[in-house]
Amino acid sequence: MGLLSDPNRRRALISLLTRLNAPICVVCYMAGVAWFMGLAFEPFTLRTYMSENAMGSTMVEERFPAGERALATGREFSAHKKKVGGMPVDWLVKTMQARGLEVFTQRFSRTLPFPDENKERYLVKGTNVYGILRAPRAPRTEALVLSAPCTPGDNNNQAVGLLLGLAQYFRNQVYWAKDIIFLVNEHDLIGMQAWLEGYHHTNTTGMDWSPLQGRGGSIQAALSLELSSDVITSLDLVLEGLNGQLPNLDLANLFYAFCQKIGVLCTIQGKLQRNDWDSVSGYSHSVQTMMLMVMKQASGRPWGDHGLFLRYHIEAATIKGINSFRQYKSDTTTIGRLLEGMYRKLNNLLERLHQSYFFYLMPSLSHFVSIGYYMPVIDYILLLICALDLWVQLATPPPRTEDGVADTEQMSSPGVLSVLTPLVISHLTGVEVAVEHFPVSETEAVVLTAIAIYTAGLALPHNTHRLLSGEGTEQGWKVLKLVAVLYLAVLLGCTALINFSLGFILALTLVPVAAFVTPHVPKILSAFILVILSPACTLLFSVFFFQELQEMPVSFIDGWMLFLSVISQGILDHSLYGSLVYPLIALLVYPCWLLFWNILFWK
Amino acid sequence: MAAPLTLLLIVAVTIRAALYRSSLADLISERVEVVSPLTAWKRVVEGLALLDLGVSPYSGDVFHETPLIIYFFHFLVDYAEITFMLADVITAVALYMTVKDYNKQVFRKQKYALEADRYPLDCLELIRSPKEMYYIPLKVAMFYLLNPFTILSCVAKSTCGLNNAVIALFILSTIKGNVLLSAVFLSLATYQSIYPLTLCAAALLYLMQRQYIPVNYRRASFWWFIAQYAFMYLGSLFVIVCLSFFLLGSWDYLPSVYGFILSVPDLTPNIGLFWYFFAEMFEHFRLFFLCVFQINVFFYTIPLSIKLKEHPVFLIFMQLAVISIFKSYPTVGDIALYLAFLPVWSHLHRFLRNIFLVSCVLLACSALFPVLWHLWIYAGSANSNFYYAITLLFNVAQILLVSDYFYAFLRREHHLTYGLYLKRKDGSEATLVLK
Repeated sequence: MGLLSDPNRRRALISLLTRLNAPICVVCYMAGVAWFMGLAFEPFTLRTYMSENAMGSTMVEERFPAGERALATGREFSAHKKKVGGMPVDWLVKTMQARGLEVFTQRFSRTLPFPDENKERYLVKGTNVYGILRAPRAPRTEALVLSAPCTPGDNNNQAVGLLLGLAQYFRNQVYWAKDIIFLVNEHDLIGMQAWLEGYHHTNTTGMDWSPLQGRGGSIQAALSLELSSDVITSLDLVLEGLNGQLPNLDLANLFYAFCQKIGVLCTIQGKLQRNDWDSVSGYSHSVQTMMLMVMKQASGRPWGDHGLFLRYHIEAATIKGINSFRQYKSDTTTIGRLLEGMYRKLNNLLERLHQSYFFYLMPSLSHFVSIGYYMPVIDYILLLICALDLWVQLATPPPRTEDGVADTEQMSSPGVLSVLTPLVISHLTGVEVAVEHFPVSETEAVVLTAIAIYTAGLALPHNTHRLLSGEGTEQGWKVLKLVAVLYLAVLLGCTALINFSLGFILALTLVPVAAFVTPHVPKILSAFILVILSPACTLLFSVFFFQELQEMPVSFIDGWMLFLSVISQGILDHSLYGSLVYPLIALLVYPCWLLFWNILFWK
Repeated sequence: MAAPLTLLLIVAVTIRAALYRSSLADLISERVEVVSPLTAWKRVVEGLALLDLGVSPYSGDVFHETPLIIYFFHFLVDYAEITFMLADVITAVALYMTVKDYNKQVFRKQKYALEADRYPLDCLELIRSPKEMYYIPLKVAMFYLLNPFTILSCVAKSTCGLNNAVIALFILSTIKGNVLLSAVFLSLATYQSIYPLTLCAAALLYLMQRQYIPVNYRRASFWWFIAQYAFMYLGSLFVIVCLSFFLLGSWDYLPSVYGFILSVPDLTPNIGLFWYFFAEMFEHFRLFFLCVFQINVFFYTIPLSIKLKEHPVFLIFMQLAVISIFKSYPTVGDIALYLAFLPVWSHLHRFLRNIFLVSCVLLACSALFPVLWHLWIYAGSANSNFYYAITLLFNVAQILLVSDYFYAFLRREHHLTYGLYLKRKDGSEATLVLK
């Protein structure tokens, strides 16, 4: 405490901070960005390793033989699906029963707040079918889930076929210590949501579903399977779940270990792993992989059917079969063996997966960056502290002859009101944007209303200013900026804890705004910069950047359409699954940004 | 001054009533930061249900409030929301009147000292003017009523609000110089949650100061006054305890309330320091550390009362802070009570050193509590260490805040005796260093 209690040293420290405020800010920002870019560099990352002892060595013999039969079942499923024109419930029930499972169905219906144009649905009605394989060797207090979505069209028939094949094969094995639930869900995430809510007796989103008739034990882990071709070249692992939540890293490790063992190519974010980390292209490859993960995580939406399991403490991932033009192909038997191996390993679990990391980024499937390594990136919130010190100094005028013993009377208090008014108004605008029940029911209309209110918010400073009784003083904007900067720091800190990627992307754009904005900078130019760095524009750039990373660049018009659909998806995700990103942006981030906008136009 | 106060009360009640009607109320009443096992409304309801069934409310090991509270709510359970709002209003008005009275005394004392030329000449800028003191009582009421912590606590129907009201009434009657009422309310506060016992030192000092009894243990009048106060205090405590016994018909409540407070069997996370420590500890050290932790709350009374002999009201503030930091089941409602006193010490602002840092930390911690709780309990991706880290930081910030005020208070007193611009022996400017 010597540094803080000795007045002389304190003064020296504070004057140092004030004098070097700008350079410190810039250095912090640069250091944060540089650190982030460094995370993808392989020598700086850790190799993945299995932490869970129960799944330690790969001593499982996979014997699944029936790949061809699974494909045949898949074709049968496809035929029935075509015949019924949706989910062939009766056929599925019969087939599952024939394989010796306890079969149950669950009906659900949901009306979306406005039509979903991407998936062309509004009134959603469907049925989930699931069969439970009771554990022969244990008291049935725990369960594992294998799910395959039933999607319209020709997709995913092989996944259902393989699921049924595995069910038949698993039924004949005696070593299961956990119930295994085979679930075929309709309407992807909506069905999954209904099933999970039914299973856990919760209703968080106001969906209608019939209660589940049969239950297994508490679910320990889940895999969701997506497979649309008879042979595949590689398997892709999808981890990002709702609100950017990730499953325990051991699940990814398990998948990687089995891919290595069985000899299947495996990817993450659709990117193969490369060995040439020391070359520029190798490095940029892993940066791209990591950036894709960051973008997906920041979006806060579930990127596969597994995404909703995470909310219930269930470690889950989606495995996607990819068929590209590569020579080397794996057949369904191989995938079946891989899944068998994974389930047998999961079957050995003594407690939930908890040994390994929950907070990580993956520049490749074999390397990861843990929270301890990536959190320093957020160090540029520290810059705010620097900025704050400056404001404190400005708030208490310089004549500090003796440590604290100086006249502070002259500091006219700027009045709570002058700060409160912009704060309240900004938040009201945020609430306007966030209100879900716009009096319109068309997708475009909803999105455009949101954008319109958002833009209208920009006209605020003048209104705010008239509301203020007196002139906006010099002190006034400093206090407002102090409040705004503090607000931003707390907000970004909390966001980064819950969803690092979102926090990072927001910090990347908002921190410079926070640092440079004063009423005395050139108005037009800085207004332009401020708009460029506003949350909506950040989203727009992110859309283009994401397309670029996926090697599917789009034209501006397409990008704009994509941007609109992303907004509508965000609103839908919020009302359907309770994703937090849209309300976060609308209720907190946008008002915070408006405060800076307000400061710029302070008179 | 009545008009602004009324306006303030109306605003405060409106906010609370609106929150009671919103969906947030359920959420808030589940937060561990806001309710503790002692004060949770859910547990009071459970106790009431047991009472209605003719079972001792303490038989289920859920309810830990005192018998008086449960009989109080036995009649008022339908008006619980109004009761809690009323409790907040009473606290605020009591604090308002207290501070108004206290400020008058401070001003009078200052006038006498000025007339007697007791202050050094260069200290004139430290003298407090009536103008700046005029709004302090209102600010105190505002700090209490509009503090988010108080609002949360009230909306969660945490019985902490009632305890605060009792303590506020105790402070009011002490400041007004009513010895009997002071003793009665103190015994009531002690009955509610043991810890306010430490406030008796401050009350005694204040009352003696007011009656011009010298604090000198060789004088009979000193001991006579202490005996009087102790008699009234113990007498009313005895009455209350016996009343509880007759109401309940058994002594069940003693282990269930006081045993529960002192032996800390419930390790539900809260904003205090106990839960993590005792959850991690080996069982055979438990008793020892329990004693250490509990003595910690009471121990500071002695040095503080010696140091602040002349300033009992500041001592009350310090004690309240110490209690709310070190008690076994603290909630944000306890913090709100001592935070309400901060405007009274606004004249110390120039001597505060870390106030900005500390308030930033307190602010950030308050935001991080729910976030880390979410990550730990709902997302399952963080663990208890994350949450405890924030608890620790929060308490360190509180301790820094209190010690900062303590330092500033002592420093001002020092300057009032020795002059504002201190010189070294060689004539150069001196600075005060706390080491």
